[in-house]
Order: sequence, then C-alpha cells, then structure tokens
Amino acid sequence: MEKRVTFKGMWLPLLLIAPQIVITAVFFFYPAGQAIWQSLFIPDPFGLSMKWVGLGNFEFLLKDSFYRASFVTTAIFSTLVTVVSMGVALYLAVLADRLIKGSGTYRTLLIWPYAVAPAVAGVLWLFMFNTRVGVVTWYLGLLGYDWNHVLNDSEAMGLVVVASAWGRISYNFLFFLAGLQAIPKSVIEAAAIDGARFWTRFRTIVFPLLSPTTFFLLVVNIIYAFFETFGVIHTITSGGPQQATTILVYKVYSDGFVGQDLGSSAAQSVILLLIVSILTVVQFKYIERRVHY
Amino acid sequence: MATVTLENLRKSYGNTEVIHGVDIDIADGEFIVIVGPSGCGKSTLLRMVAGLETVTSGDILIGGRNVNSVEPMDRDIAMVFQNYALYPHMSVFDNMAYGLKIAKVPKDEIAKRVANAAEILQLVPYLTRKPRELSGGQRQRVAMGRAIVRKPAVFLFDEPLSNLDAKLRVQMRLEIKALQRDLGVTSLYVTHDQVEAMTLADRMIVMNGGVADQIGKPLEVYADPATEFVAGFIGSPSTNFLDAGRLGRRVEGGAKVGIRPEHIRTVAQSETDYAGKVVYSEPLGAETLIHLKLLDGEDVTVRQEGALPIPSEGESCGLAWEAKDEMVFAKDGIRLRQ
Amino acid sequence: MAQQNGMVEKRSSGLWLTHLGMIVGVAFIFFPIWLAFVASTVDQQAIVRPPMPLLPGDKFFENYARALTSGVNAPVGIMLVNSMVMALGIALGKIAISLLSAFAIVYFRFPGRHLFFWLIFLTLMLPVEVRIVPTYEVIANFGMLNSYSGLILPLIASATATFLFRQFFMTVPDELAEAARVDGAKPMRFFFDILLPMSRTNIAALFVILFIYGWNQYLWPLLITTDPSMNTIVMGIKQMFPSGDDTADWPVIMATSILAMIPPVLVVIGMQRLFVRGLVESEK
Repeated sequence: MEKRVTFKGMWLPLLLIAPQIVITAVFFFYPAGQAIWQSLFIPDPFGLSMKWVGLGNFEFLLKDSFYRASFVTTAIFSTLVTVVSMGVALYLAVLADRLIKGSGTYRTLLIWPYAVAPAVAGVLWLFMFNTRVGVVTWYLGLLGYDWNHVLNDSEAMGLVVVASAWGRISYNFLFFLAGLQAIPKSVIEAAAIDGARFWTRFRTIVFPLLSPTTFFLLVVNIIYAFFETFGVIHTITSGGPQQATTILVYKVYSDGFVGQDLGSSAAQSVILLLIVSILTVVQFKYIERRVHY
Repeated sequence: MATVTLENLRKSYGNTEVIHGVDIDIADGEFIVIVGPSGCGKSTLLRMVAGLETVTSGDILIGGRNVNSVEPMDRDIAMVFQNYALYPHMSVFDNMAYGLKIAKVPKDEIAKRVANAAEILQLVPYLTRKPRELSGGQRQRVAMGRAIVRKPAVFLFDEPLSNLDAKLRVQMRLEIKALQRDLGVTSLYVTHDQVEAMTLADRMIVMNGGVADQIGKPLEVYADPATEFVAGFIGSPSTNFLDAGRLGRRVEGGAKVGIRPEHIRTVAQSETDYAGKVVYSEPLGAETLIHLKLLDGEDVTVRQEGALPIPSEGESCGLAWEAKDEMVFAKDGIRLRQ
Repeated sequence: MAQQNGMVEKRSSGLWLTHLGMIVGVAFIFFPIWLAFVASTVDQQAIVRPPMPLLPGDKFFENYARALTSGVNAPVGIMLVNSMVMALGIALGKIAISLLSAFAIVYFRFPGRHLFFWLIFLTLMLPVEVRIVPTYEVIANFGMLNSYSGLILPLIASATATFLFRQFFMTVPDELAEAARVDGAKPMRFFFDILLPMSRTNIAALFVILFIYGWNQYLWPLLITTDPSMNTIVMGIKQMFPSGDDTADWPVIMATSILAMIPPVLVVIGMQRLFVRGLVESEK
C-alpha cells in the first residue's frame, strides 16, 4: 500500500527518521549483532581474550542437560500460563457478554491486574503463599496440606504459573469480550431459534467464530510467558528449587550476569531470538498484521 | 481570473501512457466540464492542472504563465475534492481560513473573507462546528467556501457532487452554476455524470481512454458527436447503434450507424423495411421509452411523446427515421461525414 | 400472562447466576490486591502471627509514611520519581520518534525508505530480555549505568509504535494531504497542523500502553541501576526482601507494592475507554 500523494525532498525525511534509526542501530542492531558474534566465542578464564569456538557454544548447550531441562520447563510453564489465563478470561468474558447492564463496572475492576507489573504480581502471590506468613499457606495447613514452594518443585511451578496467568487475565478478557461482542447477535438468535441451548450454541457457534481471537491470544500469551514473566520468577522462586522454574529467559540472565558465562549466555540469546522470530512469523502469517506489545 | 491553456499534455506512469495529448484553450471565466467514464483519465488531467500530478510532457499555462513545475499553492488555483477533504479536527471557520493563515493574510482580512463566503453559502450558523457535525450538503458547501476565500484564478472541481444523494445533487448543481456565474472564475469540473456535464458546462471535454474525443458546447456535442463513444456516452437513453451493412448503407468504410432514440418513430410495418418486436415499454409520463428487439437480434430504444399510444409487449412494430438523423461511424469509431 | 412471567423469572434467575459468577471471578482476581492493601495497614506483628486479618488495620499512614520517606534501602518516594521519569521518558520518547519516522516513511519517497522501514520493522517483538548482555555492555561503555538515559533509551528501540502510526497514517485520506498542499502547507506544517491533531486518540491510547510498559519494566532496571537511589519502584520491591533468614518488613513491602501499582492503575482506569480501544484496535 502506498500513498498517492507525497511531499518532495530527501533531507527532511532522512532527518525525521534519523532519531529512530540511530537508537535502533545503537541499542538494537549492535547488541543483537554482538549477541550473535559473542555466541561464537568463549572468553578465557581471566576475561582477557576471546577464543573462537564456532558453533561450539550451541553444541555444548544442546548437550547440556540443564539447558534441555530449561526447554522442557519453559514449554510446561508457557503452556500452563496460556491455558489458565485464557481459560479464566474466556469464562469471565462469556459472563460479561451476557450482561447488558453492569459489564462496564466489572470490566473496570478486571482491568486492574493489567496495570500491575509482573514483578509486583510475583510479590503479591509470594505474600499469600509465603511459607511462614502466607494466608493461603496457613489455611492450607488447617486442611492438613503442607505448602512449601521453596522445596517442592511442582508447588513452585504452580505458584509462578498462577501469578503469571493472573496478570494476563485482564488482557485476554478484553480481547475475548471484544471478540464476543463482534459476533452478530442475529447469528446467535438464529441458533437459539434452531433450538440450540446455551452450551450447544457456545460450542458450535460462538467458539468457532471466536477462533481468530483465540489463536491470536494463544501466540501473544506464549510470547508473554516466554519473555515477560521474568519478574514473576525472579521475585517468587529465583528459578528454584533446583532450577525447577528456570525458564529460558531466566537462564540467559542467570548464566550471563550471575554466572558470567558470556559465550553461553549469548548463544542462548541467539536461540531465543530464533524462537521469537518463528513465533513472529507464525503470528504474521496466520493472523495477518497484528502488533504485539 | 485567468485563461488556462493545455498544450499537447501527456502523462505516463512508467511506460504506460494514460493521457495521450490533450489540447484546449480555456477562456477567462469559462466553465469547462471534463466528462467520461471511470478510468478515462479525467481526474488525472485535473490533478495535473492542480499540480498534484507531474506533467510528463506538454505544457499547462494559467494566465499565460507556464506552471508545469510550480507548486499547487503557487498556481493561484483552489480545489474542491470528491470527499471534500475537510480537516476533521478544525471548525468550519478554521477549515476555510487555513490556506489564508498559511499565506499570512492579516487576521481581519481572513475574518472578512470567511464571513463573506459563509454568507454566500449560508454557512453563517455553522462556523464553529466541526465537519462531522454537518450534513453532506453542508460539508460540500464548506469545501466550496474553502475554495472561494482564496479568490483563486481557477476553480478545480473533482466530482464534487458524487457523494450526495440525488435530490441534493440537483440543488447543489444549480448553486455551483450560479456561484460560478457570479464570481466569474474560470472553472474546470470533472464528473462521470453526463447530466451534470450538459447542465453545467459552457464547453465540455469528453474523455475516452486518455484522449479528448470531443471538445465543444454541450448541445453541439449532443447534436453532432465526433465519435461513436461520444454519441453513446452523451445522452440518455443512449444512441442506438445499428450495423451499417445490414441497413444497406454503403458509406465508404462505415461500420455502424447511430440514431438517437428520439429520432426513431414507430410506424405500421407496411410503411418501412425495419421492424422489431416490443420487449417492454417504460412510460415515464412526459415521454415513453420503448425497447425493441430487431429481427436480426439488435436492441433498439425508441423515445416518443408520452401522449402517443404505447404498443403492447410482444407486438411487432415498424421503425422509421429521417436519413439526416443518421450518424455514420467508421470501424475505429470516428464519425464519417458525407 | 403466566407464561410471560415464567419467562421473565427464568431469565432473571439466569441473570443473577451470571452476576454471581462475575462476582466470584472478580473476587478471585482482586483478592491478592486486597490482601496486599490489608497488609499495608497493619503492623508486622499482625502478619508474622498467621493468619493475618482480612480487614484493614489502623497503621495505614504510619506504614506508607515510613515507606515513602525511608523505605528499606532507599526511600520509596525517590523510587516513584525514578519510575515516573522512566515511564514518561519511554512513552513520550517512543511516541515522538515514532511519529516522526512514520511520517517520513508514509509521506515521502526517499532513497533507502524500504530498507529503513524493514530495519525498524525487524525490531518488532524482539524484547530487550533477548539481548540483555550485549545491550548492558553498550550502556556500560557509554557510561550510562545508573542514569535515566540508560534506563530509557534501549527500551525505545522498538518498532511497535512506528508500525502503529504508519498504519494510522495510511488510513488518512490522500485528499487531506492534497488539500493541505493546495492550501500551501509545507510538510512540517501539515504534520503539526493536520496529522498530529488527527492522531490524538491514537497517541493517547499508545501513551497508556507505553506508560505501563515502561513503569512495569523489571529486568532492565535491575541490571543497570546498582545505586539504590536510581532504583525504580517495581524492581526496588524485590530489593527490600532481606537475604538470609531475616523476616521481611511486610507492611512496608506491601505498602510499596500498592504504591507501585497506583500510577499505572490510575492511568489505565482514567483513560480506560481510549486504552481499550487503542489496545484492541492496535492489535487488529
């Protein structure tokens, strides 16, 4: 698509575009290039020189059982986050769509978590499930359940999943609600006249018509779970216990900054870069042109 | 006010030429309508005069000055766009005043000119409104006002009435004509509607495939079309075209004979060689359109007085016309004159 | 009549069930925030001896005053200022450079236009998390650790807003630019007089989204602000937890958590309509 009318001149547009190009070059392309470059080297133990290892870092990573475990962890984590947050959001959106009055009030209340930073969400959930002072922990104790996400792998995973999904419900809710409201009422009325009850209507009419929204949210939520949940994990579990909640992004951070293993961290960045690129292509290919924040 | 001259004006996009050389001398104060079907190049021609499209070759002169490479704002023109192109966030007043503000016209002068234009166009009560709060006709008037306040030498209209409903279109057509008469500004007006062209134009340019097929006064063009295309495009219902060979007309190189519907009479079959079966009739009150199918399958429309008897459907009729009303066209569509 | 009453009754009971379902959902969503608020209004004793109360206590002013003025490592008041500078810097900076470059890309034909567009476009969806180590080095080499520019600039390097404005500019009718040209407006005049005012709603919606994006950043400030006085509030909360076995100062931490969510919540709620429209439309 092109504009029919354009203004003349060459220096003015170059000047206009310059700030973005400069910032993008310095803070995006250069670091991304560096990541790719560094992934081909390992530094000597004193950090004085770099040794060319070609794809050695990648080879090492793919053989590394911790890294492969992190892949599995990420897959489980992102699947659970996506399913939980989308499920709850769809449930709430269907209810809100049925309400003609008052849905605005509920919407206002439900938007809140969107504004809460993942790291803050992590702190809130950590507080509820804290092993010593957590309210939920205490009530679970009354029921005879000994909650301890500091020691128990699956409890830790469960907690970071719920905290991550929680913050995402608002976003999914807004999209599902918009999607539901875009379905023509006449279609649903026609189905009702055909004798379809609520659940039948939902399964056979509403959900299929909602599928573009669902697919879009699926991709966006996976990307969210991959990259934007760092704050949740860092605040709640710091990747533990025994790396049970170390997702790929967390590992880039812990290997690069805590472990100071720059070559490996860079190689991990490159792998992540590939994953995002693939997800982006998928997103653009199947959902046309939608921008992700 | 100024004359406008187009000299062998051509436009190409890449290797595709879309305007194949147009020549016309437009007198000061003249109202010229460029008419043709969509894609004939009429809008491109107008936009070239406006300076919104570059000239590939040829010349445009406004008031004797060559403006080929002059910016739109410096051509002393004003333009009314098809969708009005009003600035949506500005009030009616600001929309009209914007060009003058840029030209650094003094504030009181701006106020005076806008007030004057608003008076003429009956827009005074709406000056503080935004375009979205106006009806289609009012928006149209604002677009006109924006053109008027600039006091340009030439008005350019790009299908300005096509977004209005039929009734409003007729009304605005009259207003535009009256306004142009009063102001006496040279005008170029693009439309695909031949009724608009006939009623508004002092002279019209009938465009077809990037060529000006005919330039002339509306009634002259109607009565004496230069090409088969013009004969078919101007006039409603359209001219009937009959195969010259079947009619037995042996004009050298002639391919088709055109006869306007009002020039054909229905007569008793015995009086004529030509006969057809009535397919259906449209009685419109003042006149009746009779659609017939000739024996060889050609369609013919006859237009007759509303008071005359209407043949019933399926009835066979004879057809007659005067030889002087026949227009003979060559294979390439050019009119052949005896 | 009886029949009709039956229908209405059945309907209204369904309606109440729907409301009940919504209320349960909202309560679930809201409970963590409520609990944090309660915790920020009681003293440490009420929390460390579980179960903590579920209704607010009387230490509201005490806890918030303590958080704002002294905090744990640095006063939360300073962190709030840092967060505000960072969020506003990212939102306004990104909007400004994106408007300009989108204008250039859409309304001009200049050499390299397509190349530049694709270069910018490539940055879509590649979050800063993916390139943290080298980006950190760039910032360190520029001496921008512990600085606002270090916090802001790397997060501006993304094409989302440019792409959005480009989409919007493409929908602006061509005739408007032509009318402006006939009116004698030069490119920048057209930009400021016409394009910018027309983009108001898009700018506002984008502002909400970017403000929250900026405010909620965690990893990046965590890396480049080693000086507690440069901490942002979102990352500062985690720094308040003691290392080792000491008990955390829960009332202050929870007061800080509430303070950390107030500005973005206000922005979202206050500009809800614009934001929802902007969000849903921008993703379409």
